[in-house]
Amino acid sequence: MPNIRFDSVEKCYGTVKVLPPFDLDFEDSEFTVLVGPSGCGKSTTLRMLAGLEDVTSGEIYFDDKPISHLEPKDRDIAMVFQDYALYPHMNIAKNMSFALRLQKVQKKIIDEKVHRVAEMLGINELLNRKPGELSGGQRQRVAMGRALVRDASTFLFDEPLSNLDAKLRGKMRTELAEMRNTLDKNMVYVTHDQVEAMTLGDRIVVMANGLVQQEGTAEALFESPVNKFVAGFIGSPPTNFLEADLFEESGLLFARGEGFSLRLASALKDSLDTLSGRAVTLGIRPSVIKPGSEAPADSAQISLYVKLCEYLGAHKVIVTMCGLHEVMIESQSSARFETGVEAQFAIAPEDIMVFDKNTELRL
Amino acid sequence: MSTNSMSRMTPYMFLAPAAGFMIVGLLYPIGYMIYASFLDWNPSQLIGEADFIGLRNYTSLLGDESFRESLTVTLKFSSIVVVTEMLIGVGLALLLDRNIRGISVLRTIFILPMMIAPIVVGLMWRYMYHPSVGVFNRILKDWGFEPIPWLSDSGWALASIIIADIWQWTPFIFILALAALQSLPRSALEASRIDGASGWQQIIHIKLPLMLPVLIVTGLLRLIDSFKVLEVILVMTNGGPGLSTEIMSLRISRTASEFRELGVAAAMSNYLLLLLLTLTIIMFVYNKIIDAREASVRQAVEEG
Repeated sequence: MPNIRFDSVEKCYGTVKVLPPFDLDFEDSEFTVLVGPSGCGKSTTLRMLAGLEDVTSGEIYFDDKPISHLEPKDRDIAMVFQDYALYPHMNIAKNMSFALRLQKVQKKIIDEKVHRVAEMLGINELLNRKPGELSGGQRQRVAMGRALVRDASTFLFDEPLSNLDAKLRGKMRTELAEMRNTLDKNMVYVTHDQVEAMTLGDRIVVMANGLVQQEGTAEALFESPVNKFVAGFIGSPPTNFLEADLFEESGLLFARGEGFSLRLASALKDSLDTLSGRAVTLGIRPSVIKPGSEAPADSAQISLYVKLCEYLGAHKVIVTMCGLHEVMIESQSSARFETGVEAQFAIAPEDIMVFDKNTELRL
Repeated sequence: MSTNSMSRMTPYMFLAPAAGFMIVGLLYPIGYMIYASFLDWNPSQLIGEADFIGLRNYTSLLGDESFRESLTVTLKFSSIVVVTEMLIGVGLALLLDRNIRGISVLRTIFILPMMIAPIVVGLMWRYMYHPSVGVFNRILKDWGFEPIPWLSDSGWALASIIIADIWQWTPFIFILALAALQSLPRSALEASRIDGASGWQQIIHIKLPLMLPVLIVTGLLRLIDSFKVLEVILVMTNGGPGLSTEIMSLRISRTASEFRELGVAAAMSNYLLLLLLTLTIIMFVYNKIIDAREASVRQAVEEG
């Protein structure tokens, strides 16, 4: 399977610059997920890779072979579309075998391949039906099957699960994850859903406003986001952000904001030596805020007004107010909180992420 | 009257004016025509004075050489124009279904011929076909070819009116085909590109099959229309030379006005009506079949 490399690839529509020049590498046999809010350029990136969109400048390489001038059919790729893009006038077997029939592969081999893939996806009994006679989930499988029959080196997925209902989406996600392990292929997957990205991707590329914000494993993105956007995008419920100013007191670094003063990790202190008085944004994940009573002695204390509790079964989300800002807290569902009162919470200083207020980069 | 029966009557009361117009404007003339087709009726007579002769108009028409000739000309004319117009119209649509500069201007120009009044089209083409001052023969002469007797030779006349009709009505097919093309699912076309289809293969395997329902209806509409064409040919050749361009509607109009046989003309109209009715019913049944198939598919999906 080839290594795919974007070399300062740029995309403009007329005078509108959608994607400024960027580099991106897709390792051999890796499942890469491009994730970001809509309009971030992830689909355009995938479509340039597929050959459905022209590259304005720069070059895409498969190993060392430039491919941006090649037609989609010459790139050895298969693609699954968001709306499945099945051919409505062909039955399922014909849909799946279309590419092979165009290549004039022997009928016997085609039948064999189609049946093998249909078996694998459990759509054997649908082969004689038309796409219009299938449910959404079945169509999704057929679309997947059509890509698999091709046996291409690279699979592209353009939000393949977003048209399914939540339950089916979860099921298909699991199946995709299983399929990823059995297939030795390059896979590039586009989604706006960070849960899909985290569960499926070997490597996740977070994009926003046409720029690659950060790439790495799910853990890396969650544990050490490089900027405020990634911290806010990855993880659910989302990270809480609070505005604060830094100040130093007896060798320790504190962040003071509206109605709170939090001690920050000593590990940060060195790099922040010169930053006393600087405006920052604090990023605090809902899962790191603990009830004050359970907290170790050296943790940072904060007083929050408990507005309401959302019971979600395995855990609870507590919505609190810090001044005018909403702060979400994730806790065990057994924990009891009184609503409508101020309560004491604690955060381990090393769990507080500090971002520059202007550049939004992590400090 | 109780409110209940009032409310049951309401829809019919609203429909009544339209139904009245339908009866007066549509059914009455048709009934009149059907009745007239059983008469030996001269325009100088009142309809009450005409002799009732049963089906004799119909039977004598079947044996009438000129009528059969006219029917042949009509069928030949219609089949050639519809097939050619479909080929050119769909071809143009496939060619112009893209985003290039000035395409909307080009599309507007293409549909201009359809908007010109038929009489004007006939006059225009008659001048262009004029043996000495017409633009075609002037060009031929400039290039050193023999002039062609466009409208005066019975071998050329049919071809000439066919060309004019194609010029006028290809745009109709073109806009409908273009609309059908542009409503095709874009992602299916992209999928076919990834599956390795070339431009031609896309057209043959994806575009044309998906456009087919629209194309069939378009073709039938055009066929029905082409059976009724009158003005353009009337102005250009008036059916001549000989009977070479005398299509049915022209024959009907001449039978009524020149030969003064209103009964025969009515019988002829009824033959044409039957022919068109058959085509319309075919179209209707086709649509019904499509609808029924879609309904059963929907049901299958909902149950599944």
